[in-house]
Amino acid sequence: MAEPVQASPAHEEHHHEQSFWRKFIFSTDHKVIGVQYSVTGLAFLFFGFCLMMIMRWQLAYPGEPIPLIGSLLGENRAPGGIMLPDFYNELGAMHGTIMVFLGVVPLAVGGFGNFVMPLQLGAPDMAFPRINMISYWCLFLGGVTMFASFFLPNGAAGNGWTSYSPLADIALNGQTAWLIGMIFLITSSLLGAVNFITTAVQLRAPGLTWMRLPFFCWAQIVTAFLLLLAFPPLEAAGVLQLMDRVAATSFFLPDGLVVGGEVLEVSGGGSPLLWQHLFWFLAHPEVYVLILPAMGIVAEVIANNSRKPLWGYRSMVYSLIFLGFMSFIVWAHHMFITGMGSVMSTFFQTTTMIISIPSVIILSALFISLWGGSIRYNTPMLFALGFLPMFGIGGLTGLPLGLSAADIPLHDTYYVIGHFHYVVAPGTLFALFAGVYYWFPKVTGRKMNEFLGKLHFWPSLVFMNGVFFPMMIQGLNGVSRRLADGGITYDFAGEVAGLNRMMSVSAWCLAVAQIPFIINFFMSIRNGEKAGRNPWNSTTLEWLAPSPAPHGNFDQAIEVTRGPYEYSVPGSDKDYAPQAEPAST
Amino acid sequence: MMDAMFPAAASEHAGEIDNMIDAVHYLMLVLFIVWGAFFLYTLMRFRAARNPKADYVGVKSKASTVGEVLVAIAEGVLLLGFSIPMWAERVDEIPSEADSTVVRVVAQQFAWNVWYPGADGVFGEADPYLTDEATNPIGLDRDGAGADDIWTVNQLHLPVDKAAIIHLTSKDVIHSFNLPNMRIKQDAIPGLSIPVWFVPTKTTVQIREETGNPDYVYEIACAQLCGNSHYSMRGFLTVHTEEEFQAWLDEEASYLGDSGTDDFFN
Ligand code: HEM
Ligand SMILES: [Cu+2]
Ligand SMILES: [Cu+2]
Repeated sequence: MAEPVQASPAHEEHHHEQSFWRKFIFSTDHKVIGVQYSVTGLAFLFFGFCLMMIMRWQLAYPGEPIPLIGSLLGENRAPGGIMLPDFYNELGAMHGTIMVFLGVVPLAVGGFGNFVMPLQLGAPDMAFPRINMISYWCLFLGGVTMFASFFLPNGAAGNGWTSYSPLADIALNGQTAWLIGMIFLITSSLLGAVNFITTAVQLRAPGLTWMRLPFFCWAQIVTAFLLLLAFPPLEAAGVLQLMDRVAATSFFLPDGLVVGGEVLEVSGGGSPLLWQHLFWFLAHPEVYVLILPAMGIVAEVIANNSRKPLWGYRSMVYSLIFLGFMSFIVWAHHMFITGMGSVMSTFFQTTTMIISIPSVIILSALFISLWGGSIRYNTPMLFALGFLPMFGIGGLTGLPLGLSAADIPLHDTYYVIGHFHYVVAPGTLFALFAGVYYWFPKVTGRKMNEFLGKLHFWPSLVFMNGVFFPMMIQGLNGVSRRLADGGITYDFAGEVAGLNRMMSVSAWCLAVAQIPFIINFFMSIRNGEKAGRNPWNSTTLEWLAPSPAPHGNFDQAIEVTRGPYEYSVPGSDKDYAPQAEPAST
Repeated sequence: MMDAMFPAAASEHAGEIDNMIDAVHYLMLVLFIVWGAFFLYTLMRFRAARNPKADYVGVKSKASTVGEVLVAIAEGVLLLGFSIPMWAERVDEIPSEADSTVVRVVAQQFAWNVWYPGADGVFGEADPYLTDEATNPIGLDRDGAGADDIWTVNQLHLPVDKAAIIHLTSKDVIHSFNLPNMRIKQDAIPGLSIPVWFVPTKTTVQIREETGNPDYVYEIACAQLCGNSHYSMRGFLTVHTEEEFQAWLDEEASYLGDSGTDDFFN
C-alpha cells in the first residue's frame, strides 16, 4: 500500500527553487503536465473544429468559393477559393485524427487524468514524473508533425482517419507524415498508460481501498488498460504501412494491382483486410477511451450536485471493468460489409449486443442517481446533465449499426457519423466542459463565471443537435459519408442535401456559442470569484488540497475513512462527509 | 414508420431489412421516451429549491434491473430472430449460378466495370498486364472463353425477378458497391472476389411509375473513400423484363466484332 506522502522524491524537489523552464515547460509536476495536456487538447479541439467549419461550407454550398478565407488557402487546395476534393479529403481525415488523438484523448486522459487522478488518490504526484513529462512531449511532437503536414507539397493525409490500405499505401498525400505523427501519439499514450496504472496501484492514500476509489479514477484506470493493450497493434500496423510506403514492402498490398492503367510494381501477397483488423482492434477500444473518462467526470459532477451518493456504485464499477474487457472483442462490427461470413458476423454481433448492457447499466445508474437528490443547477451540472440524453442518443443509434443485417443500408452513411458524433461531441465534449468548469477552481484558485457558463451551455445544446440530428435523416436516406460535394452527385442523396445548409449554419452558430466559454476561461483565470479549497462542498480528496494545489499537492497527512460519495448522510448536520477529514477540524 | 426516408425498395429482401430497422427504431424510441420522461420529471421534482434535503438512499426499487433485462431480451430477439438469419440468407444461401444472372463487377478509381460472361456463359481469363484503360479496363483475354465476354462501364443491367449474383472485386483500392434501392452494400476489395446476391423485383419502368418520376434511376454509389473522385463514382442499374434483358445482351454482343469496346449509354 501507499507510503505516507512525505516519502516521495517529487515532494522533496519542491523545497529548492526551480527555474522557469523546469517549472512550466519541462515540468515533472503532474498538475503542470495536466494543464499542458489540457491546453494542447483544447487548442487542437478548436483547430479540428475550424477544419470542420471549412468543410461545412463545401457541404452546404458545393463548388462555391469559400468566403473570407477562401483566397488564403492556396491554389493547390482551393483555386479561386473553391475547395478541391483532395483538400476536402485532407480536411476530413485530419479533422477525425485531430479530434480523436490530439483533442479528446489529450484533454480527457492526459489533462483530466493527470491533473485530477493523483489528487483524488491523495498522491503527491504520478508514479513516474519524468515518464509523464516525456509522454507529454511525445504528444507535442505528434501534434507538430500532424499540423506541419498541411504544409507539405502534396498536403496532409487524406485517406480518412481510418487510413485503409491500399489507398493509404499508394496515396501521394501526407500519409507518411500521418504515420510518423501517429507513432509519436501512440508512444505518448503508452507511456501515459503505464504511469496511470502504476500510480493507481501504488500511490493510493492510506485507507483508500479499491471500493472507495472515485468513479473517475476507475474510469481512468480502465482507460489506461485499453490504451496499453490496444495501441501496440496499431503502432505495429503503422510501422508496416510506413514500410509499404517507403521501403517497397507489401504487407497490405495484394498481387496484381492496376492503378491508373499501370500494373503496380510491388511484390504483392499482402492483405488489405489485415490493416482493417489491426486498425479496429485499436480503434474500437479507442472509442471507449473517448467515452469512459467522460463518464467518470459526469459521475463526479452528478454525485456532487445532486448531493447524494451515486446509485449502484459497485455495479457501475463492475460494469466498467466488464466493458473494458468486452471492448477488445467487438472490433469487427466495423467490418461487416467486408464480406464477412455467418460465423464471424454472429460472434461480433453477439459481443456487440452484450457490450451494450454494461453501458445501459452505467447510464441508468447515473439517471437513477438523480432521484431523491437536491439538485443544484450550476454550469458543470448542466453540462453533465446534457451529457446523459445526448450520450443516450449516441448509444441507441449504435444498435442498428451493431446488427449486421440492419447495418447493410446504414454502413458508411451519415447515420454512422451522426451516431458517433452524438457520443463524442454533445456526449464527451459536454462532459469535458463539465470537467473544465468543475475543476477550474482547483487549477487556478478561482471559479468560472456562472452566467457566461449558462450562455455557453444552452446554445451549445441547441446547435449540437442542429448539426448532428439531421445526419441521421441523411443516413437513413442512404447518403454516404466522405462525399466532397455533400451528395449532390446522386439523385437519392440530393433529396436531403438541403439539410446540409441547416447543419452548416448550426455548426457556425456552435462556434459562436463557444465565445462565452473562451472569454470566461481567460477572464476567470485572473478575475474569477476566489474559491477556497472546496468550493463545491465536495467529498473527494482533491478538494482537501489548497487551490491552486502546490508542488507535492497536500499540506496535511491523509487518512481515508469512507467511500467517495458520502453526501447527505442521515444524522449529520453537514450535507457532505469528506473522504478524509480536513486537518483543521 | 420510417419508410418515407428510405430509398424506394426494389429487391426481395429489402422489406425485411426495412422492417428490422423500423423495429430497432421503435425500441430506441421507447427507451428514449422512458428514460427522458424519468429524467425530466426527476430534474423538476428534485431540484434544490423543491427538495432542499437529499435522500441518502434514493431509489430502492429494482425496476431498473427489470428494465435492463427487458433491453437484453429485446436485443436477443433482434439478434437471434432477425439479424443472424437474415445475414445467413445473404452470405450462406447464395442461389445456384444456373438459375441466376451471374455478373462480375470490377471496381476501379473511379468507375464500375461490369463484366458479363457472354453467350457461352463462361467468364474468360483476366490478366493485369493486358489492362488498357480505354479499350480493356478489366484486362480481359479475348482468346478462349473471353472471346464473347461483354463489359460495360458504370452500366449494370439485370432481369427482374431472377436472382443476380455479382462477384465483386477491385483493381486498385477498396471501394464499396452500394445499391441503395436493393439494400445491398458490399466492399470491393483488391485481391478478393466476393459474391453478393439479390433479386430485383421492380423493373426500371415499374419504379418510374411507382415513384411518379419519369427520370428515376437505380443508382450505384461508392460507399468507401477511394480517392479524390470518390464522391462522383456513380453507376446505374437498369432492371429489365427477361425479354428486354436478352435483347440488351444481344445488342451488346453485336458490337463485339467492331472494336472490342462497347461503352455506350442506354
Ligand atoms: C463539435 C463539432 C463537430 C462537428 C460539427 C463535426 C462534424 C463532422 C462531419 C460533418 C464529419 C463527416 C465528414 C465527411 O464524412 O465527409 C465528421 C467526421 C468525423 N469526425 Fe467530427 N465533428 C465534430 C466533432 C468531432 C469530435 C469531438 C470528434 C472526436 C472525438 C470527431 C471525430 C470525427 C471522426 C473520427 C470523423 C470521421 C473522419 C473520417 O471520415 O475519416 N468529430 N465530423
Ligand atoms: Cu466499434
Ligand atoms: Cu470508389
